[in-house]
Amino acid sequence: MKRRNFIYLTGVGATAAMLPAIPVLGNEISPERALEYIDPAAKKIMSDVALNAARSKGATYTDVRVGRYLNQFVVTREDKVENIVNTESYGIGIRVIANGSWGFSATDKMDRDSIAKAAELAVSIAKENARLLIEPVQLAPQKGYGEVSWKAPIEKNSFEVPIKEKVDLLLSVNDAAMKGGADYVNSILFMVNEQKYFASTDGSYIDQDIHRIWPTFFITKIDKTTGKFETRNALSAPSGKGYEYLDAKPQDKIQTASGTLYKGRYDMIEDAKQAAVQVGEKMKAKSVEPGKYDLVLDPSHLWLTIHESCGHPTELDRVLGYEANFAGTSFLTLDKWESKKFNYGSKEVNITADKTEIGSLGAVGYDDEGVKCGKWDVIKEGILVNYQAIRDQAHIVGLDHSQGCCYADNWSSVQFQRMANISLQPGKQPLTIADQIKNVEKGIYIVGDGSFSIDQQRYNFQFGGQLYYEIKEGKIIGMLKDVAYQANSQEFWNSCVAICDQSDYRLGGSFFDGKGQPSQSSAVSHGSSTTRFNKVNVINTARKIG
Amino acid sequence: MAILTKEQAKALLTKAISYSKAEQCELNLSGSDSGNIRYARNSVSTSGGISTNSLVITSAFGKKSGTATINEFDDASLEKVVRRSEELARLAPENPEFMSFLGPQQYGTDSPTFSDSTAAMSAKERADAVQASLSQAKENKLTAAGFLSNRMGFSAMMNSKGLFAYNKATNVAFNITVRTQDGKGSGYATRGYNDFKKLNTKTDTAVAAKKALASVAAKAIEPGKYTVILEPTAVAVMLENLFFNMDARQADEGRSFMSKPGGKTKLGEQLVDERVNIYSDPWNAELPTAVWASDGRPQQKINWIEKGVVKNLYTSRYWAQKTGIKDIPSPDGAIMQGGTKSLEELIKGTEKGILVTRLWYIRSVDPQTLLLTGLTRDGTFYIENGEIKFPIKNFRFNESPIIMLNNLDEMGKSERTVSAESDTNYLLPPLKIKDFTFTSLSDAV
Repeated sequence: MKRRNFIYLTGVGATAAMLPAIPVLGNEISPERALEYIDPAAKKIMSDVALNAARSKGATYTDVRVGRYLNQFVVTREDKVENIVNTESYGIGIRVIANGSWGFSATDKMDRDSIAKAAELAVSIAKENARLLIEPVQLAPQKGYGEVSWKAPIEKNSFEVPIKEKVDLLLSVNDAAMKGGADYVNSILFMVNEQKYFASTDGSYIDQDIHRIWPTFFITKIDKTTGKFETRNALSAPSGKGYEYLDAKPQDKIQTASGTLYKGRYDMIEDAKQAAVQVGEKMKAKSVEPGKYDLVLDPSHLWLTIHESCGHPTELDRVLGYEANFAGTSFLTLDKWESKKFNYGSKEVNITADKTEIGSLGAVGYDDEGVKCGKWDVIKEGILVNYQAIRDQAHIVGLDHSQGCCYADNWSSVQFQRMANISLQPGKQPLTIADQIKNVEKGIYIVGDGSFSIDQQRYNFQFGGQLYYEIKEGKIIGMLKDVAYQANSQEFWNSCVAICDQSDYRLGGSFFDGKGQPSQSSAVSHGSSTTRFNKVNVINTARKIG
Repeated sequence: MAILTKEQAKALLTKAISYSKAEQCELNLSGSDSGNIRYARNSVSTSGGISTNSLVITSAFGKKSGTATINEFDDASLEKVVRRSEELARLAPENPEFMSFLGPQQYGTDSPTFSDSTAAMSAKERADAVQASLSQAKENKLTAAGFLSNRMGFSAMMNSKGLFAYNKATNVAFNITVRTQDGKGSGYATRGYNDFKKLNTKTDTAVAAKKALASVAAKAIEPGKYTVILEPTAVAVMLENLFFNMDARQADEGRSFMSKPGGKTKLGEQLVDERVNIYSDPWNAELPTAVWASDGRPQQKINWIEKGVVKNLYTSRYWAQKTGIKDIPSPDGAIMQGGTKSLEELIKGTEKGILVTRLWYIRSVDPQTLLLTGLTRDGTFYIENGEIKFPIKNFRFNESPIIMLNNLDEMGKSERTVSAESDTNYLLPPLKIKDFTFTSLSDAV
């Protein structure tokens, strides 16, 4: 689902009202129907119809995705339930190579004739487009796995939890926020189940069941005299888990100078209580003095900086120019990788790509072109060592296999290269958050993600957060506001001087990483421990509009 | 299912509604056929054809409502989906903000949103259009990446209170980035139309190619406040953040740039320069949009900002009823009245300034002031004594569209343009703005 559809449906953010009507969210269904699972044998029959039809029309390669995409939202504000939505999107997407060119077609009509017709259309599109090719598509070899399956290792299927339980939770969250002094609170539970079946002429028939959950809230406090307002968003992370994500145990909580932070699981009511207090503190916070500061960045914030300044520039399609017209290209050009000495960051910086990390948003058994997923180094001791590739790019960087980064956000979307979980590895020496703060003379400790923007080659970025704490001579002396930091990716990662150890490692992430034309969303996680960056440029964002 | 005519849609909806046993029932029927082609590195990459349709049924008992959807339209399926929506309605919690469905509405005459030439587009027409674009780039020894998509669709609604509405529409979107082979220059063009015949991919590619060649060897100049000329597509991504935030409830609740101390709003007040007039008009010949909103309310010509004064805010039906304000739905597009000058004439009249051809990655920094950040992209140029002197490196900006429209110097002629951030079509002029705030340099090309 697209980010703006989510905003439209949930009514969050002021942008809600003017957005166009929901285009491809899927069909609304009853909650019970989400618990049904289509027999893989039936999906195999449909897939074979498409594979055979495409082959008979001249396709030299075909893959088929029979996809059932389920979403459930529970949306509330203050003491009201605003919306409960269950959607299902079910259909088939057929991708072929004919005359050396890709072709794709999709339909939600699942009878034999409609599937065969869609396969024929995909082949005819491929043949039509072949005249626009410079060279034919080359696929990295991929063995067929036969009939296999993969299920996300969740403990509690969110779709089995009664709606009433979810409504009660959110209304308790809202109550905690309002009692704590908030003027408004919107809270949302967003649950996803992707039931994907992949078949290809390589001989794979792969059935996968993937779950994701994102509990979140947005709290607003208004000073009625001045008309000023402040917000504080939830410090939850969208997660590749089941409903157990909402059952936080003491070991899931980290006590810091900014209150409780969450690791692995999330206590939504507790966070709402502290958010209501913190939004009040934000109103009284000191406006930041612009200048250079040492930044101590919490994983609830740093995930987004990793995503934008490392995740995107190491995507091979961007490096090669496939995204030049929309998302952009990359400063991490092939010559920098070939040199084996491009210092992306300091020696502390080790960044991995991982499609298997349990509980992450990107974890799957196989990608959307039937490649078994794995883990690899992208930045090693500060040096660029690898990219993220799919089958039709692997040969360009001398790989004899795909890295399994192919994904489509729906059966009706064509699969292409999407970001793996890209994570900053923890420091090897014992180091706590308290140690990090103690070592800083003049700095800012930032928690939670906020405003974000980066250029089309991923050099220049600007980030805000949820909570900013001023550090002076090793101590937090109060809260700041109007903070944003601007940097160049390479300079920023070279200013990385200390990373907390494994005990602080946490995942953040997004349901809505947008890329491609037509634009598609992908969900991805980014892990890190609290990290220090020296002498980063901080600006003051306060303005007056009369 | 092909695109249904008004009569066919009415017949299908009438049959479906006949199965309803709810106190109220509302149906939304839609269908579309779309196609797209994408290219990069001077070669086709991905492409596709997608066909979908759906019938959404909402049944209501008191303030409880339930919705179900189907894409099969035989009698048994229709009855089943109506029953399912009724079951869901009975199980739903009461929504205190539920509004009874609208009765019959008077819509204006249909607006010309449908074009036969776009409806007839096939993979061949798309490939031909891309071929024209690619040959233009290759002739200039440049590298092109682009996207062409077309869609035809219809939507219809009917409810148990007698409302019926129908619209069919087509649109075609094209955007192209042309880069020099050494990666030192980049140019962009974007177009959106209802009618495919208006699109000329060769001409648009030539515009992008010219910018790519002209932007090579960009010089770095200091960030700071500059007079800028924003081309319409750059204006679009700034102003749509103003349009998206003109919601009455957000303003009344005190959490919008439109809010004032003491629960008041800036409605009726001078917000920006008195030469600014922003409106929406479903019947505008260059930007036709549907004459009804998705909840059935009529779309009218609405002045949002007139002579710099905020005249209207859009609202949900619930909020309009609760507060007694005018019940206006959000529009499908927006128009800013321009001047008479061309872009070239604006440049000619500029002593010192910067031409911004595109802005990118726009994000809100502060909702209270509508402060946005983002970057220039695909061709930024220094102007001196009425001429483009040299290309400059890209900047990051931090600026509010409200401050920008207060610093208005001059406007050019409005034209149809597309936001590269939201894909929404607008009619907007190029704008000359004083003291636009650039905060840092970017190495990106």
